[in-house]
Amino acid sequence: MNDSVNREEADQASGTSPIVRLAGVNKHFGRLHVMQDIDLSVAQGEVVVIIGASGSGKSTLIRCVNGLEPFQSGRIEVDGKTLLPNGASGKSLQAVRTEVGMVFQQFNLFPHLSIRDNVTLAPRKVRGMTRRQADAIADRLLERVGISDQADKHPTQLSGGQQQRVALARALAMEPRLMLFDEPTSALDPEMIGEVLDAMRELVNDGMTMMIVTHEMGFAREVADRVVFVHGGQIVEQGPPDQLFDQPRHERTQAFLSRVLKH
Amino acid sequence: MEFNFQFDWQAAIDSLPFLLKGLPYTLLISFAGLAIGFVIGIVFGLMRIGPSRWIRWPAVVYVEVFRGTPVLVQVLFIFYGLPTLLGGPIDALTAGIAAIALNAGAYISEIVRGGVQSIERGQREAGLSLGLSAPQTFRYVIWPQALRRMIPALGNQGIVSIKDTSLFSVIGVGELVRQGQVYIANTFTALEVYFMIALLYLAITLSLSLALSLLERKGLVG
Repeated sequence: MNDSVNREEADQASGTSPIVRLAGVNKHFGRLHVMQDIDLSVAQGEVVVIIGASGSGKSTLIRCVNGLEPFQSGRIEVDGKTLLPNGASGKSLQAVRTEVGMVFQQFNLFPHLSIRDNVTLAPRKVRGMTRRQADAIADRLLERVGISDQADKHPTQLSGGQQQRVALARALAMEPRLMLFDEPTSALDPEMIGEVLDAMRELVNDGMTMMIVTHEMGFAREVADRVVFVHGGQIVEQGPPDQLFDQPRHERTQAFLSRVLKH
Repeated sequence: MEFNFQFDWQAAIDSLPFLLKGLPYTLLISFAGLAIGFVIGIVFGLMRIGPSRWIRWPAVVYVEVFRGTPVLVQVLFIFYGLPTLLGGPIDALTAGIAAIALNAGAYISEIVRGGVQSIERGQREAGLSLGLSAPQTFRYVIWPQALRRMIPALGNQGIVSIKDTSLFSVIGVGELVRQGQVYIANTFTALEVYFMIALLYLAITLSLSLALSLLERKGLVG
């Protein structure tokens, strides 16, 4: 319907040089075409929230950005490094991953390591920091997400909300240029969602570039610079949150929003 | 008919010094065999989940062959069969260690494969997403967790292999059973001697069980 309009908006929003650029990305799961000619750019400091029904391809989209999902055609540029189709990215894949942090729906903390070691593992093994340097960073980040008194515990001893805040600190310890969030609050009990969103809000205020997949529409409206609606492996519509939530142009967007905003 | 046979405790105790000469062989074959078998098991277990069929296939063949044939046949093949092929004798101790290593290696391959595959996919993704390389992710994230889950199954295999060494009396290794047979040939005290041999095996396997349960309990916390 208005593909050209969407692209223009995207370019306006992304300003000068994007830190992430997906160009003509296609991905198939067997016969399922889960990403269809995806074009998407994210500017430095921009917060992009991706919404859509489950199975729409929104998680797959952000998982392609750090190469957790291979794709079959197109290209993805992240901070000047290029990811290529069919796992042909070579060394740039690990280079991208050291620059891009990710928070998962299921937290994925390392259960055999203490909270502090969860945070320090990558700085020590990837950045070559000493334990002392890494511990200093971990203590600072854990304090920032409000977990400093639990640093010697193990992940299973923490609540879900606390675990997800540790996961955030763990990703931040690598000083990423971009943060990906894959439904970060979907596995949490309702009373713990707020504390995780608060930690993310702080990150937004610090100017972090973020791509967030979430069902928290209130949060999306509040923090997003741009909301992207995905359906059937395609970007159907995107724009500033006020416009997308209040005056969605595409009927699929309208249908989706009327379903999720009703309750 | 009248039974007036009594268990002769003195005879049992008297046999002990002679039997204990076999203990070092039993322990040596068990632990050397299991140590080598563990290395084999890690290599082939990881090959079985390797990226290409040319890596997976040899591991599948190895596991099926050495899991699907009896240890007794394996050791007889190595001790009596292989020398014809190699043109020189193989000593019984080496044959015994090799048989335990190859046999336990096949089972441990499956334990390793199962342990590694039991770790949730998200663990690998988290490691990679932090910029760890695939080998680093395996070394620091997957393997420590997999190893912990493998401990009970490894303990079982250890106990099975320790008991399997009793078969090697047939090729003349002077382990516990062989020592017992030699002693009985002179004293005719089969009841007491086999009872003592059983006790000695039990002492070894119970020590292993105890050590492993301590390790597991420590692992759960630490």
